[in-house]
Amino acid sequence: MPTPIISIDRVSKSFPGVRALNDVRFELLPGEVHALMGENGAGKSTLMKIMAGVYTRDSGTILYNGREVSFGNPREAQAAGVGIIHQELQLMNHLTVAQNIFIGREPRRAFGLLLDEDKLNRDAAALLAHLNLTIDPRTVVGDLTVAKQQMVEIAKSFSHNSRMLIMDEPTAALNNAEIAELFKMIRDFKSRGVGIIYISHKVDELRQISDRVTVLRDGEYVGTVPTATTKIETIISMMVGRTLTDVARDTTRKPRDEVALEVKGLNCGALVKDVSFSLKRGEILGFAGLMGAGRTEVARAVFGADRAQSGEIWVAGKKVSVRSPRDAVAVGVGYLSEDRKRFGLAVGMDVAANVVMASLWRFLSLRVFLRERAILAEAGKFVKLLRIRTPSLTQEVRLLSGGNQQKVVVAKWLARDCEVLFFDEPTRGIDVGAKAEIYKLLRELADQGKAIVMISSELPEILRMSDRIIVVCEGRITGELMPEEATQERIMQLATQRETMAA
Amino acid sequence: MEPNTATPTEQAVADTSAPAKRAGLNRFFGAQAQQKLLAFLSLIVMFIFFSFASPYFAQTDNILAIMQATAVDGVLGISATFVIITAGIDLSVGTLMTFCAVMTGVVLTNWGMPIWLGVIASIATGAFCGSVSGFLIAKLKIPPFIATLGMMWAVKGLSLVVTGARPIYFNDTPNFDMISQASLIGYFVPSVPIPNGVLILFGLAIVASVILNRTALGRYTFALGSNEEAARLSGVNVDAWKIAVYCLAGAITGIAGLIIASRLNSAQPALGQGYELEAIAAVVIGGTSLAGGTGTILGTIIGAFIMNVLLNGLRIMSVSQEWQIVVTGIIIILAVYADILRRKRA
Repeated sequence: MPTPIISIDRVSKSFPGVRALNDVRFELLPGEVHALMGENGAGKSTLMKIMAGVYTRDSGTILYNGREVSFGNPREAQAAGVGIIHQELQLMNHLTVAQNIFIGREPRRAFGLLLDEDKLNRDAAALLAHLNLTIDPRTVVGDLTVAKQQMVEIAKSFSHNSRMLIMDEPTAALNNAEIAELFKMIRDFKSRGVGIIYISHKVDELRQISDRVTVLRDGEYVGTVPTATTKIETIISMMVGRTLTDVARDTTRKPRDEVALEVKGLNCGALVKDVSFSLKRGEILGFAGLMGAGRTEVARAVFGADRAQSGEIWVAGKKVSVRSPRDAVAVGVGYLSEDRKRFGLAVGMDVAANVVMASLWRFLSLRVFLRERAILAEAGKFVKLLRIRTPSLTQEVRLLSGGNQQKVVVAKWLARDCEVLFFDEPTRGIDVGAKAEIYKLLRELADQGKAIVMISSELPEILRMSDRIIVVCEGRITGELMPEEATQERIMQLATQRETMAA
Repeated sequence: MEPNTATPTEQAVADTSAPAKRAGLNRFFGAQAQQKLLAFLSLIVMFIFFSFASPYFAQTDNILAIMQATAVDGVLGISATFVIITAGIDLSVGTLMTFCAVMTGVVLTNWGMPIWLGVIASIATGAFCGSVSGFLIAKLKIPPFIATLGMMWAVKGLSLVVTGARPIYFNDTPNFDMISQASLIGYFVPSVPIPNGVLILFGLAIVASVILNRTALGRYTFALGSNEEAARLSGVNVDAWKIAVYCLAGAITGIAGLIIASRLNSAQPALGQGYELEAIAAVVIGGTSLAGGTGTILGTIIGAFIMNVLLNGLRIMSVSQEWQIVVTGIIIILAVYADILRRKRA
């Protein structure tokens, strides 16, 4: 057996009040893709940060290439060949690809007084060619797609002669074609003997790409298993410590007859073209499509976040004018953004403040003063109802886990008593256990008569949750399917019906 | 962020009640309170130091002088606190204060109107100019720095135009100087002659705290600074609230205009520039982050006192004026650095 690139034994790490890691083991072999799994808060990111030199361990040993090491800072780890690809890419959008790759190590000329831009671009081009990437090193990074930016980051990491790469949710923002591209790149690295630690919530990806899986739970090491011979259910039960009862499709549910929302001929920018659809009370309408197909843009246009150029919106049988989110909220339409932290929450404010954010006017006396007791009572009601795990109502939202943050956003719209709710990627970045709870919640809301649009890039989720599925491609609705007739293949076919393909 | 009026209901708390209680206590001993405590302690230390360093420092006249000076800085600081919590900045408070004073002068001296109209003129001028800044920022999307920089020059020019660059005196309006200089408390309790200007500062601080912590306007002030886009997508009319915040800040600046006009018994059109930086310094020393989303009025008041005790103390110790300025700069940097250190630890 070859010497492991990194071998971690009984490593522990505590933060004030929390034991983040307790006697954790982990091992990465050359040419191996080793998945690291666990629910949010299981200790994955702490372990990752210890390996990358961001944190130092309290106890235990780390052997790197057979020698005991203790990286004092990220720079040391990088110099030793530990590369890390963060979920949020660490690139400078205004600089070119080449400038980004060689930042801090720019080749110089004229006695080191001037930068050698030609050599910089040549080196970058050679590196990109070496990795079989077709990216012009002179392109400004901000002009690239997220997928290409990620490849640039990986190339940058590779240029540091990385022996191991840590990838944190690398597919979160990629479409299927881009994921395939990424996997090709990962396999290429494998063949070069680079070890890859792959962190992801998407269990189905592991099958395709990983050799072994190590599972952490509550900071404890649960076990390491080979991917090929282990059932996915086994891995999930290792993660959650119990067997999850899968939320099966509920075929008994029936939407009511009243139409809650009707959209006619909506146009808004390049990604909403002549969109018409209707939504009944009690219905969950799935919006399927590739990343960037315009699903989010449709939701934003209906919600008034972006001003539509033309089209009609009818809510509960009445034509309404929606020119801003304020108008939409006034007629009972709510939108839960895919990016909770940027568009959904004031994370520096507490749970109660966020819950009443959209309905504060109900909690005023003399139309001016906040009724603090009523606000806390309302927030308390939803914390209980949605099973939000928070030590108190005055906890800052940024300290909650992803799943609980999502529930706070849901609570905000329930407090506003919205009848139509757009859920944009409601389970993105939240762990398996919390996902099941969100599914259950969506069902309950629909059963109460709320009309729900669920935008999701995960086809199994769409297939399982939707009463009806609409497929969006390049800003147009390219198909409508009932769940009985919908398959992943059929949806993908509709989702790739691009006009540009014909040309 | 919000006052601790009620403990969270039982069912709201997933775990035990202990964390809830701790969260309640954190209100008083949490990060923000720590900064205030630290600032307050340094104020006391400074006070004791200067008292020993100079026999003149702790004398009643000198304490009153410090208070008079703080009254103006403190009121401007309160104005700046609101704007800074929204993650904005207001560079116009100094010259706007002067313009408000000038408008009071026009109404009282030039037009011979009664005092209460002069008071209204000052506050209304401030509120109007603040609203204009707010409109430029919220509707025309001009960055706050630029919009209020423009406002700073515009009202500075207007002050000079209106007055012909000559001060307006309030000699024809008896009792105008009492607004700031007399002491209502001293009238009843002669041993505590706290000037009215300072009483106005304290009264305003209480009102401002209530607005900030107990009203919708205050809640949205924090929300704008914390995540404006999230507030907009929650259906909050962010443009209107932003204009309201700048309008309120302007009105408060108008009150500062009254205090300084009353103290000088005149409106000095050339005065004012530089006050905006003192106000911002007071806010920052008081622990309010320029990144927005957090801040307290109490902190700002303490910050304003720190600035003025320091300047006064140095002056009394015969430190030259040039060096006073240098020390002020160092203190501001130290205060903010202390805040950064504390945040890192938390």
